Amino acid sequence: MSTQSEVSHSIGATIPAEVSRRLKRRYAAERRFQAYGIGAIMIGLMFLLIMFVSIIQAGLPAFQETRIRLDVELPADKFPDDPAEQTAEGMRLVGWTGLIQQAIRDQLQPETRADALAMHKLLSPNAEVGLRDIVVADPSLIGKSVSVWLLSAGDVDAIVKGTMSRDVPETQRTISDRQLTFIDTLEEQDRLRSQFAFTLFSAGASSYPESAGIGVALVGSLYMMLVVLCLALPIGVAAAVYLEEFAPKNRWTDVIEVNINNLAAVPSIVFGLLGLAVFINFVELPRSAPLVGGLVLTLMTLPTVIIATRAALKAVPPSIREAALGIGASKMQSIFHHVLPLAAPGILTSIIIGLAQALGETAPLLMIGMVATVFTYPETPMDPATALPVQIFMWSGLPERGFVARTSAGIMVLLTFLIFMNAVAVYLRKKFERRW
Amino acid sequence: MPSVSNKVHDVIPSGGNFRTQLKVRMDLIMKALHKTLAIAAVGAFSFAVNAQARDYVSIMGSSTVKPFADLVAEEYQKVYTGKFAAPVVEGGGSSAGLKEFCKGEGAGTIDVANASRQIKSSEITACAEAGVSKVIEIKIGYDGIVFANPVSKPAFAFEPKHVYLALAEMVPVDGKLVNNPYTHWDQIDSSFPNQEITMYIPGEKHGTREVFEEKVLGVGCEDTGGYDLQLKANGDDKKAAGKACFKVRKDGRSVDIDGEYSETLARVESNPDGFGVFGLSFAENNPDKVKVATVNGITPSLETIAKGEYPVSRPLFFYVKGAHVDVIPGLREYVEFFLSDDMVGDFGKAIDKGLIPMPADELEQVRSNFKNGVTVGS
Repeated sequence: MSTQSEVSHSIGATIPAEVSRRLKRRYAAERRFQAYGIGAIMIGLMFLLIMFVSIIQAGLPAFQETRIRLDVELPADKFPDDPAEQTAEGMRLVGWTGLIQQAIRDQLQPETRADALAMHKLLSPNAEVGLRDIVVADPSLIGKSVSVWLLSAGDVDAIVKGTMSRDVPETQRTISDRQLTFIDTLEEQDRLRSQFAFTLFSAGASSYPESAGIGVALVGSLYMMLVVLCLALPIGVAAAVYLEEFAPKNRWTDVIEVNINNLAAVPSIVFGLLGLAVFINFVELPRSAPLVGGLVLTLMTLPTVIIATRAALKAVPPSIREAALGIGASKMQSIFHHVLPLAAPGILTSIIIGLAQALGETAPLLMIGMVATVFTYPETPMDPATALPVQIFMWSGLPERGFVARTSAGIMVLLTFLIFMNAVAVYLRKKFERRW
Repeated sequence: MPSVSNKVHDVIPSGGNFRTQLKVRMDLIMKALHKTLAIAAVGAFSFAVNAQARDYVSIMGSSTVKPFADLVAEEYQKVYTGKFAAPVVEGGGSSAGLKEFCKGEGAGTIDVANASRQIKSSEITACAEAGVSKVIEIKIGYDGIVFANPVSKPAFAFEPKHVYLALAEMVPVDGKLVNNPYTHWDQIDSSFPNQEITMYIPGEKHGTREVFEEKVLGVGCEDTGGYDLQLKANGDDKKAAGKACFKVRKDGRSVDIDGEYSETLARVESNPDGFGVFGLSFAENNPDKVKVATVNGITPSLETIAKGEYPVSRPLFFYVKGAHVDVIPGLREYVEFFLSDDMVGDFGKAIDKGLIPMPADELEQVRSNFKNGVTVGS
């Protein structure tokens, strides 16, 4: 605007009307273009906001869990006398379910058998595991009565959090009116509380939403990321350095370059099929192993790493190589002492972005058995495990209400990791970035 | 070497501090590289050992059976803590599971294939060719398939012919086969409300689709006389006529859902006029969102399906490799645990999850078949 008026002012009335009209049109076009750009960004931001709001809204309840405090009797005659047998295995036939069911009946005093059954359903079928862990950790409790906070059933949890309304007719709820009165009684007796759901982070797979967690998936993803890091970094950097610094420019290197660029755009499921054919059917590695997952994800991230590393190497000015060579360094010395260190920030960034891409990937893992229900933590990368995005995918298909929240909570955890990794990449780039 | 590099550093102007930092970092990376190569080598050796023995039961197959297998595996793991490792349950679908199952025997192959349908003869042949000769069939119970629409909408009482007329590509009108003309339910039967026809049905790769075709479309096709007309049109070729009955319209009123029931639920929620085809347990878990329609006047429930009154149901199975029993630790115990009353008996935990129990004598038969190692085809 101001430029326009300045121009017309300095030249005065000598500007023909035609020219000034054209000028005006050009400025208007520029303003329109800027408006389009802002509009595009706003649309993107709006969708991002909608996504975050809906995920956080659905996922937040999963970070809380409802527990019921019960006084559980541990009659000594039900337990093995030999202290050596007072382990998880030795006490597996104690009948833990019966103990906690007795405890809730003692608490609420059922009038009929139907009432008793309804009471049992207030507790998570996995509540007994919490009790067992306490007794295994401290066998001196045997023969006494302990007061424990036991995990409530997922439906009770949904009612307490309000994710399932208690005002709708009984037939539209999975909790009966009778059970609602029990919940209210427990609440009055101060035996109901919401607490932070450590279970979400520590537990493995479970059929019951309240006791399902991303623990095994986190460890599985961690193993896979380690494998990817250990393989993609050396292979990718070596390939990029050779192609960029040593390889002659001929038809063969052109073919290789085209192929690498092409591979970067291949749908990730293809790498899963490759992994199934090579690593599982041919090499006979076990299914569901993070090692195989890591190998497949390495193949998937390699093109990205190679391309980004080559770009980082290219960005180092030739004058540095020439200076090194000029004072007598060998080609290898010039690369390892000067070019690579200068390109390191770019390489690190590319590796982190590659890892982030691999962390969020599900499709190739479908083919190699990572979409599995795994209850126990993998001790090595050869043991069966699952991955974070795969766990989210599996939860998303389950019918119980609690898994809807669990799914969104899983997405929140995954997003947190991705945002963290990408932020580190941006930070490294900003900190070490150099312009020549 | 270091002295040379230091000199060069001095030659390059500015940022010496930054460069030494990078140098240190690069050295670390190189050191880490050596270490990772060593770890990778160790890993490569260890898999050879690992492939020899597997100490957990490996299960794969139908996504309908998976929730029950998951549940049993979880309970099994609680009971056998410290004795046997927890089983690993994979999904992937009945066909994928049986394909993997029939790849051969040995620790590198799966032990159990879950299936929402019976094994096909072609699959038995494929198994035998790969050396899997002893295949034991275990029936675990039944699954009900229901039609459901949002709770805010009127309840429907279907008969198979209504669904057939609503969804088939070609329907009989006045004794002739014509392209499906129906757009609203009240055109099919005046007792229905004037509501647009849309139904979200399981996609072709679902085991559920087969049951839907046979027990709903097929039955409806015969009831309306469409089958006879198809026979005529196909020159008395029964197979072709049957297939033609299963053809659904392609004008967007019948929508294939290849994903899970949760996707069907989302579709029904966004289009309240639509009907979804669900497993009974899925609908029962979401009573505040959908209500189920009756079929032939029967409300689908545990009781009506177990008694065989509700028509749209199917048996669920898993298949066990006979040669792996007593070789893979815990496999025999897993199968026996699955068939225990605590799991699939009338008040078992799998029944709580929505599996429909089979009659006691049938269950007893399945147990004794497993005990005696009765194989498929023997």
